[in-house]
Amino acid sequence: MGTISIALSKGRILGETLPLLARVGASPMQDAEGSRKLILATARRGLRLIVVRASDVPTYVANGAAELGIAGGDVLAEHGGAGLYQPVDLGIARCRMVVAARRGFDYASAVRQGARLRIATKYLNLAREHFAAKGVHVDLIKLYGSMELAPLLGLADAIVDLVSSGKTLRANKLAAVEEIRPVSARLIVNQAALKTRRAELQPLIEAFARAAQGRAGNSTARK
Amino acid sequence: MRWLLPENIEDILPAEAMRIELLRRLILDLFFAKKFQLVMPPLVEFTDSLLTGTGHDLDLRTFKLVDQLSGRMMGVRADITPQVARIDAHLLNRSGVTRLCYCGSVLHARPLGPAATREPIQIGAEIFGHAGIASDLEIQNLLCQALAAARVKGARMDVGHVAVFRSLVRSGDIGHELEVELFEALQKKDVPGLKVLTKRADAKTRSALLLLPDLYGGAEVLDLAERKLPRLPELQKALTILRALAKASPIPVSFDLAELRGYHYHSGVVFDAYCDGVTGTVARGGRYDEVGKAFGRPRPATGFSIELRSLASVFKNKKNK
Repeated sequence: MGTISIALSKGRILGETLPLLARVGASPMQDAEGSRKLILATARRGLRLIVVRASDVPTYVANGAAELGIAGGDVLAEHGGAGLYQPVDLGIARCRMVVAARRGFDYASAVRQGARLRIATKYLNLAREHFAAKGVHVDLIKLYGSMELAPLLGLADAIVDLVSSGKTLRANKLAAVEEIRPVSARLIVNQAALKTRRAELQPLIEAFARAAQGRAGNSTARK
Repeated sequence: MRWLLPENIEDILPAEAMRIELLRRLILDLFFAKKFQLVMPPLVEFTDSLLTGTGHDLDLRTFKLVDQLSGRMMGVRADITPQVARIDAHLLNRSGVTRLCYCGSVLHARPLGPAATREPIQIGAEIFGHAGIASDLEIQNLLCQALAAARVKGARMDVGHVAVFRSLVRSGDIGHELEVELFEALQKKDVPGLKVLTKRADAKTRSALLLLPDLYGGAEVLDLAERKLPRLPELQKALTILRALAKASPIPVSFDLAELRGYHYHSGVVFDAYCDGVTGTVARGGRYDEVGKAFGRPRPATGFSIELRSLASVFKNKKNK
């Protein structure tokens, strides 16, 4: 039996994952948020955490560098999910992927069929797919952060971004004009690993599914 | 720097080249001993023939160029199986059972994974004209012998059957659009996604479809499927075939009833082979009875192809070691 690695990112995902890890009996052996270490041992033997950048989680798992991962729904949608199973909705890091524009921007007529729009985003694939399905031409501008600036400075007509509370949008006089999809974090699994190391991985996946269900309880049942 | 090669394209240097060639000879000798006849299809064909039948999934993976003699679009083969099916359907035109084998390079416009080569070498065998389980067993056995010839450690096989999903879709009267979405969700074992999609299906089909992502593992999976899935004749037949394959297999077999790779052209058993030291699959195969139809002659067909470079990477030649 080899080691099993779970790739996840620091910050919000790690914070909300810790209670789940505790339920699975895999709490990190040291303060995960404070430590500078990128590989953390856990209370469960043979299971370790790999701390990577959020958008790198699917890459680590798809290539087999980690068997499991906890990836935000936004990151997963952008990656496309090739080589991955995504069996469990962990119900954490819930947000909405939206199109946002300046308050007062007439979005409805800007996206009539055949129109052309400049969109700033870090989710190029997701934005491309969304607007292609609507039959709208888009010119995509890749940004790495502070998306909200783009419509204000005339760099783009609208942005595609993740919104949780909407505070940043409001502070910058933007408004969500269309919801693309709700997102939440998923447990992802390397496909080949599940086939070849099923005996080790299956109990873990089931434990995560139970932990997520216990945590989300009513809210997922209602959905 | 004019010595740089394109991305995911590489030279094969002496040590690896030697391993690949020795293994190629071993496996071809095995195929010949089992009465498989060698064919050598061309590197390029018109996309009209290359991308029909089994080739449908391969469109984006195929390098394309215009034939300057005819002005027509040609593709560099991304898979040899459709070419062999074309040869069987059209050129040989035999009525009985035909056993064919092949070995050659293929080219992928997009690599299968970030670290995958774009020029894999395929070696494989196909049986045409036999619809029964005997030919599936023969193919499975031949693959196991090829893996044994390479002296790999920890060879194992993961088997599925497309009739499981297909019969559920048919009995549930699910439209094509939803079928495609369900298929994609199943391939990712995307349980939350499936829960949303199956709301449009009737209760019986829904509970069956939601069970599929959990139906992977050992023989207990088949028992569970027998008990919990609807008693559709096509489905029961599929489970019987899977049991028989597992019983006859010389290497450990696991099942995944949601595994639908090549769903668009496979018609029966699908399998992937794995071994220690190789990430991902080392061989794939299955039954694809309808493929010859595109070439005017539907013929039962079953076969496998090995990624020779992956297998050679764990091949230990007796003389060397």
